[in-house]
Amino acid sequence: MTALLEVEALRVRLPTAAGPATVVDGIGYSVEPGEVFGIAGESGSGKTMSVLALMGLLPPGARVEGRAVFGGRDLLRLPRRELRRINGRELSMVFQDPMTSLHPMLSVGTQLTEHVRRHLGLSRKEANAQALELLREVRIPNPDGALDAFPHQFSGGMRQRIAIAIALACGPRLIVADEPTTALDVTVQAGVIRLLDRLRREQGLAIVLITHDLGVLSSIADRVAVFYAGRVVEAGGREEVLGHPRHPYTRGLLDALPHPEAAAQPLVAIPGAPPAPRAVPPGCAFHPRCRWAEPISREVVPPLRDAGDGRLLACHVDPFRHGDSAWDNSRSSVTDPASE
Amino acid sequence: MSALEIRELVVEYDRRDGLPVRAVAGTSVDVDRGQIVGLVGESGCGKSTLARAAVGMVTPTSGTVRFEAHDVHPLTRGTRPRELSRLQMVFQNPFSSLNPRRRIGDQIAEPLTTLGLAPRVQRGARVAQLLEQVGLAAGAARGFPHEFSGGQRQRIAIARALAADPSVIVLDEPLASLDASAQAQLANLLVELTRELDLGLLLISHDLAIVRHVANTVAVMYLGQIVESAPTEELWEMPLHPYTEALIGAVPLADGGGTLPEALPGEVPDPARPPAGCRFYPRCAYEHERGRDEQPPLVEVAPGRRAACWLQGAGEAPAPPAVKASQ
Repeated sequence: MTALLEVEALRVRLPTAAGPATVVDGIGYSVEPGEVFGIAGESGSGKTMSVLALMGLLPPGARVEGRAVFGGRDLLRLPRRELRRINGRELSMVFQDPMTSLHPMLSVGTQLTEHVRRHLGLSRKEANAQALELLREVRIPNPDGALDAFPHQFSGGMRQRIAIAIALACGPRLIVADEPTTALDVTVQAGVIRLLDRLRREQGLAIVLITHDLGVLSSIADRVAVFYAGRVVEAGGREEVLGHPRHPYTRGLLDALPHPEAAAQPLVAIPGAPPAPRAVPPGCAFHPRCRWAEPISREVVPPLRDAGDGRLLACHVDPFRHGDSAWDNSRSSVTDPASE
Repeated sequence: MSALEIRELVVEYDRRDGLPVRAVAGTSVDVDRGQIVGLVGESGCGKSTLARAAVGMVTPTSGTVRFEAHDVHPLTRGTRPRELSRLQMVFQNPFSSLNPRRRIGDQIAEPLTTLGLAPRVQRGARVAQLLEQVGLAAGAARGFPHEFSGGQRQRIAIARALAADPSVIVLDEPLASLDASAQAQLANLLVELTRELDLGLLLISHDLAIVRHVANTVAVMYLGQIVESAPTEELWEMPLHPYTEALIGAVPLADGGGTLPEALPGEVPDPARPPAGCRFYPRCAYEHERGRDEQPPLVEVAPGRRAACWLQGAGEAPAPPAVKASQ
């Protein structure tokens, strides 16, 4: 299958007061049609910047290298006008906070029809009919009334559904969703996850889903890439990476989560904090926080290589290559609390 | 008698459209020293209003808040009675609760000065000790808030609360907006401090999963009222209220398993017009005739376990709602 989006050696440098900082340092991945590709990592790991680069939305002064081929064109080299034609029509974005991405003074109907009228040349009547259809699609109650309403009249979850409807308006093949459920309550988040899953299954929509929440990725992503300090440290199928992680950082992230089987024990936090972009340690960027680090980890950046079981891994030590039965057992029993 | 006692608290606001909103509608919570009480609920359930009323930042419409046998009255003329200094609060966003222009050490030393808790010569040493207690280097005292990460700033806010030598701290979403690892570090710190200093914590959170790791007991709030409270593990193993069950089912498991979380249908009703009967009735998966018109009281179903649900009869053995509904 040909990939819908293919990103290669993407590097982003941002100007800072202290000089340029490399926030994305040579990232590559591909997304297939109908696939949910998850990007995980803590704040400052470069997840957001790596996708803003594709949309031409980086702050002024940013420098981008690499390739991002979408539908046969390199997004990083397209003139602004052409990029704008693609954005919203073939490729669209959903942000964390729908209150800032929706226009507060324009009705939901206006915001839903503006794109289709500009991009697809529909008449007002056709556009309104389509807007209604979209609101039904994302399960907004009373879609007729919603068209004339304004964003502040909706709850956070409903606003995010509206933002998704707007992103879907021109029938894109790929949606980039940056922390789309982070600002939502857990019961509302569950609804949005189910909505994204349905769109992917029913419409073959591809989704790049950026989130720090490994639980969200566990439920919906097909493949996952884990970012640390602007690089991919582990990538592969959801079950491999999140069910049987091999990179010490991925393990650390999973161990830090509330664990149903070990609720009485303290949480296992990764010591320290992620580095600032201008202070990324030499060698493996994770080595100062890693208890498996070897001398080589301090000097040589580990390459992201095929680890043999369908995953990519950037670790010199690879301490979990033979699995870790104790850890895996404790994780697998998570799904089956009755087994104790 | 508990260190902090909230009894039948009602807090009403006048909304812009003129309708009175009962943000907190008759809620009782006890916090003992050495205990972490988790208060869990989704946005708009009234948990933050309850937290603010608990430390005297908003005026209750009715009900009482008592701290160490003193009535907690809302702030007047900006002064707080001396006996309430041992009741402290930590807010969600440490960036807005810390003064960006003052050094960390000075901000932590302020309660020491105001309350006369350390003579001038000992203040520096006490600040260093407080910083170490929350896992920061003593040198942090010279820094400004912007030099620290979100997790570190939250530690600083906790150190400042500890400076007043509190017996109870009310924390409003202290773990939200932190990355998983920083969240785990801070959650562990809260448990340690509770043990070491014999503190009582009222921990307000929307995240039931993290609360499970730290709290001894949990109260679940929906639309201004507590619908269930229980020792933490019992609540997780057998939630008695359908809303608690829905909250637990909506938590996505990070096991790589590809299971979609369960969505709760419908929306939280307008708190100015709550449903006539059980407040959860319009969204409840288990229909119970009585819930349509009659509000279930919060009753003790088993020792330490309370639930406000018609499916849980007083005197009957507690059972999960699914079992009850199918009978």
